[in-house]
Amino acid sequence: MLQVILYNVTNGLIIGAFYVLMALGLSLILNLSNVINFAHGNFLALGGYMAFVLTPAIGFWGALLVAPVATAVLGFVVERLMIRRVYNRDPVYSLLLTFGLAFILQDVCRYVWGPNGLPLGVPDAMSAPISDTLFFITWYRIFNVTVVIIGVAALFAFLRFTRVGVRIRAGTLDLETVAALGVNVSMLRSFNFAVGCLLAGLAGVLAAGQIGLNPNMGDDLLMPSFIAIIVGGVGSLTGTLVGGLLIGVAAALTTIVWPAASEAVIYVIMAVVLVLRPRGLMGEEGMLT
Amino acid sequence: MNSATTVGTTARPSIDSRWLQLIVIWAVLLTVPLWLPFVGGYTALAGRVLVLGLAAMSFNILLGFTGVMSFGHAAYFGLGAYGAGLALKYLAASTPLAIVMGTLLGGVLGALFGLLIVRRRGVYFAMVTVAFGQVAFYVAYSWNDLTGGYDGLRGFTREPLHLGFTDIDITNNGNLFYYFLLFVFAIAVALQGLLLASPLGRTWLAIRENERRARFLGIPIERHIWLAFTISCFFTALAGSLYALLNNFADPMALHYSLSGEIVIMTVMGGMRAFWGPLLGAAVFVVLQDYISSMTVNWMSFIGLIFVLVVLFFPRGLLGMLRRRDAA
Repeated sequence: MLQVILYNVTNGLIIGAFYVLMALGLSLILNLSNVINFAHGNFLALGGYMAFVLTPAIGFWGALLVAPVATAVLGFVVERLMIRRVYNRDPVYSLLLTFGLAFILQDVCRYVWGPNGLPLGVPDAMSAPISDTLFFITWYRIFNVTVVIIGVAALFAFLRFTRVGVRIRAGTLDLETVAALGVNVSMLRSFNFAVGCLLAGLAGVLAAGQIGLNPNMGDDLLMPSFIAIIVGGVGSLTGTLVGGLLIGVAAALTTIVWPAASEAVIYVIMAVVLVLRPRGLMGEEGMLT
Repeated sequence: MNSATTVGTTARPSIDSRWLQLIVIWAVLLTVPLWLPFVGGYTALAGRVLVLGLAAMSFNILLGFTGVMSFGHAAYFGLGAYGAGLALKYLAASTPLAIVMGTLLGGVLGALFGLLIVRRRGVYFAMVTVAFGQVAFYVAYSWNDLTGGYDGLRGFTREPLHLGFTDIDITNNGNLFYYFLLFVFAIAVALQGLLLASPLGRTWLAIRENERRARFLGIPIERHIWLAFTISCFFTALAGSLYALLNNFADPMALHYSLSGEIVIMTVMGGMRAFWGPLLGAAVFVVLQDYISSMTVNWMSFIGLIFVLVVLFFPRGLLGMLRRRDAA
């Protein structure tokens, strides 16, 4: 029994880690630009596919570094070309735009790499389990969680200690004032969008090594990421972090007692949070309304 | 959004041209079975246009006339479909009962979810609606025994109508079923028109134009948005129950948020500030979708491209563009 619980908790933490990477990227974009990026799961898939293309040339480690950056560059271009144009319009337009982009990107992945799943080769040493009793925990899973921890720490350090990071945080609170102080807000938003896509790309590479690649691999992560943001509280990145881990572990623990409800439980958590604490666990007062 | 100065002055068509518009629309809708075969269409396609048009018009009560952005309306549409299908399969072989049960299932759940949703605004409203919308999808997806899971709910068919003095066989006769759909559509749309012209509907317009001012006037904003959301959900669920009758099948994809997106694009493409805009958008979208998916396997790219092009180049929609030309 202990093993079963341990197995599901580690599973939950790993899935939660993916939720966190996705949701942090979404949250960054949502907070600064007021755009829900429906295509975020497709940027994740593109990150994975780019790693798939790059691995034969530069190996897994090279791909792990390059693919997320390439995803970020792509995100930057998409933002400059399209998303930037709808910032000052009714929110319905940004939703529809990213929604359409999601369709296109998914279809492009399917067209280029085929509809069937593809494996991403990870170094052999990492597919080995860490011990005989804990046979279900491979080194790759440990590695996944480590990378996510480093990535999240780097993101928070970036937002806290760099000039651009501070501007992004200031912009979430009051974009007009930031613009009045002479910051190029348009560029700031594009860069911020790219950072969000970087996180998605990183999640894509890690997820590809774990579950393989398919054109809609990001779709299953999109909705839980929304819920992570709602549960954690809109406007708070720490909240998103907590929310992602919480729903990941909750879903995994539910699997032990009632597998069919594992997906449903995250919606129940969302409903409970919205009833008891409408602004989310760590949301700022007034951000949601 | 913040165009408070244009209240009511957005080139409202004169009384005459509104009658003309009505006559043209109903003349086209009533004669569909006569001319459709000549342009290469089929009646089931026209049925799809009516059903999705009704869904989009119901959705537009919220988006176009209350100014609130829901992105989860597929849930209530799909619940209507499943409600109708389950009623036909397990309760009784009666088409009217199926419609009533479908409408109630979607509408009542919409009213409940609405209570949790209405305090949010803007994109957050959209985000919470989309998340709640997926609840229904996962329930239908995982509750295999009742709903048929991934394969959808099968094993029911629409039943002939028993009117006492005569029976109308809508099961096999496609044209007759189209007119049945049109009959229900007409009642629903007439109700919507009356509602939007009533003081209640005008209050919603006031909320859309300037929420803060409406609040200062003592209008209970949250209650009104909840009411608009609930009513919109009831009508959407009605459309969904008709969808189940049309296909003799309820499909989990009818609950999925991608359908929510399609309902929104139909509305915007037709013109969300025009009463009939969503119907026009639905007609264009459904026909395009049907054509594109028969031409290429990469239909998703083309559908996505439609979204992008509409947003970037035709944000006012087809009727919105016509009206602006009138005004100019």
